[in-house]
Amino acid sequence: MVPSYISRSVAGSYDNEAVAIFALIITFYLYIKTLNTGSLFYATLNAIAYFYMVCSWGGYTFIINLIPMHVLLCIVTGRYSSRLYIAYAPLVVLGTLLAALVPVVGFNAVMTSEHFASFLVFIILHVVALVYYIKGILSPKMFKVAVTLVVSVGLVVCCAVIAILVALVASSPTKGWSGRSLSLLDPTYASKYIPIIASVSEHQPPTWPSYFMDINVLAFLVPAGIIACFLPLSDASSFVVLYIVTSVYFSGVMVRLMLVFAPAACIMSGIALSQAFDVFTRSIKFQLLRILGFSEADAGDGSSANVVPENDAVKVDKSEETIKERPSRKNKKKEKEQMEKAQAEKTSAKSKTEKRLLVLPMELSVIGLLLLVFMGAFYVVHCVWAAAEAYSAPSIVLTSYTHEGLHVFDDFREAYAWLRHNTEVDDKVASWWDYGYQTTAMANRTVIVDNNTWNNTHIATVGTAMSSPEKAAWEIFNSLDVKYVLVVFGGLVGYPSDDINKFLWMVRIGGGVFPHIKEPDYLRDGQYRIDSQATPTMLNCLMYKLSYYRFVETDGKGFDRVRRTEIGKKYFKLTHFEEVFTTHHWMVRIYKLKPSKNRIRGKMKKSKSRTSTPSSKRSGSRKKNPWQ
Amino acid sequence: MARSTGKDAQALFHSLRSAYAATPTTLKIIDLYVGFAVFTALIQVVYMAIVGSFPFNSFLSGVLSCVGTAVLAVCLRIQVNKDNKEFKDLPPERAFADFVLCNLVLHLVIMNFLG
Repeated sequence: MVPSYISRSVAGSYDNEAVAIFALIITFYLYIKTLNTGSLFYATLNAIAYFYMVCSWGGYTFIINLIPMHVLLCIVTGRYSSRLYIAYAPLVVLGTLLAALVPVVGFNAVMTSEHFASFLVFIILHVVALVYYIKGILSPKMFKVAVTLVVSVGLVVCCAVIAILVALVASSPTKGWSGRSLSLLDPTYASKYIPIIASVSEHQPPTWPSYFMDINVLAFLVPAGIIACFLPLSDASSFVVLYIVTSVYFSGVMVRLMLVFAPAACIMSGIALSQAFDVFTRSIKFQLLRILGFSEADAGDGSSANVVPENDAVKVDKSEETIKERPSRKNKKKEKEQMEKAQAEKTSAKSKTEKRLLVLPMELSVIGLLLLVFMGAFYVVHCVWAAAEAYSAPSIVLTSYTHEGLHVFDDFREAYAWLRHNTEVDDKVASWWDYGYQTTAMANRTVIVDNNTWNNTHIATVGTAMSSPEKAAWEIFNSLDVKYVLVVFGGLVGYPSDDINKFLWMVRIGGGVFPHIKEPDYLRDGQYRIDSQATPTMLNCLMYKLSYYRFVETDGKGFDRVRRTEIGKKYFKLTHFEEVFTTHHWMVRIYKLKPSKNRIRGKMKKSKSRTSTPSSKRSGSRKKNPWQ
Repeated sequence: MARSTGKDAQALFHSLRSAYAATPTTLKIIDLYVGFAVFTALIQVVYMAIVGSFPFNSFLSGVLSCVGTAVLAVCLRIQVNKDNKEFKDLPPERAFADFVLCNLVLHLVIMNFLG
């Protein structure tokens, strides 16, 4: 029920992470199960679950690095056991094979640095296993001899192998790590080298309120859970602690990874809650035992028992019945309730350990129970609210509450319907990549770039076109065989995520690939402005023109509600584009490329394929361009 | 210094040998199987070094299948070993059944990957 998970599942904006998080948790659960039971059957299941994870999301590298880290931690803290070997070794072999089966991963499973940790720990594990085995069959004196011998020989071999490995890995420019992983490890990497990754709003670091919004009450149960994990430190609890620490770090890098953090938070708070309920109910039971044993009908108890809500009354009855049963059974039942509430899966393994009996006075435990139940109720309310309001808005139809009631902005669908009915079937539409999927699905037209942003140069081409003056943009679009250009403009109604606000990313991404687009050309005092203080490059670029063409006709002054200023250039004509459609609230504007003139004024270089000589074409047209 | 380490090495060798001879025959068979699997993997690596790694997936699946069976056999050995206190109440039939299942899955994947 955690809002962050809902945000990615079918109730919210569906993405492959919904399936992936389930696969992640299953894999972790099976790993812990294998660790606890030491059965090869669960190891097989673990490998299959890992394969499921690889198929669903690229974040599987998180697993393949977290599990080796945990194994290493166990070895270093001296908790090696043969169960660890059974849990880890088959997973590595089967897992690598299965990962190599998936076409996207292919041979990357053995060649990229992201997987090297698992192999390294595999080797280390074997060495440690061998050491333990020999220790088991030798006498201590002999073992010391063996150690000295092996260490002296082994050290030389080790150094040689490590030197070779390091040389191999260091020969590639990114040391074998892919861009995605590097941007996770070094949060500033993406903004320096790959602007397109940095531009996605979900890849930004989260703000503090977003933590609270996403996991609400769990936010302060998590530290309690971490402490509770340390009390009986087993293999499994150390794994959960490691999981939560790493996921906190990574969710601090990217908002999108809050999703990975959410299950860990659930588990931790589940543990904390179960411990708390444990203490409370045990003390209630204890006190009741004592009180009922001494006095039969005590009015004070009766009143306090009546004040308590339903489930507490049930607990009281149960405690009377199960006085003879072992306390741990009832605690397990409580934990089961909490587990269903908090969507955690694996606490029963940890809570079976012995606890020191901690008894609180009766009133305190009753109040504590009440408060915990209320907290749970608030959490449920918040989750439902968050799911309804924040995460299930179908972002294609916008609503706003005016004094007349609900006002609906249906501009997107209006524009797509227009495209669908008024253009040829094989006309191509160019827009910014955010609208790609929507255009393809609803307007049924080919787009140039869409949300599956796999080709950075392509997107940079579109970005360059949007940032260039009309003639240069026309040439780029003509070379791409584009007929229509679509821009989203929110200035009339105050829609903040329109293309002018996204313009800085167009400049940055375009500038990343085509160096003649320089960001300082568009900035005045370090800001993007569209009023009279804007730079001439900005006032002449295609995005400005297509957004504000005839905008001054709406209110006579051209006041942009999003930027809250009047626009700089008010009266201008378009020479290479013509406006064909603007929606009701001016939110989507569609332009058509004008065909080239039959009589050419001056020379015009023929445009070859756009990948071969983009820069020379740009510089060629730039010289003759009257707009600059 | 070298002499003492030499003598120590010999003594070490002897004690290792005698300790190993004490293991039951079933475990020795499993150890033999592990040795064979590792040896096969080594041969494959040498072959790849000589001939080149063109059908890389075949090489990978071959080597990993050898390593995989070795690992699984070691797991079986761990589980069947009577000296191992953690697996005291695991019936050896169950351990062997798990081993067979794991091997089945492994070889299914290998066959798929051989190409």
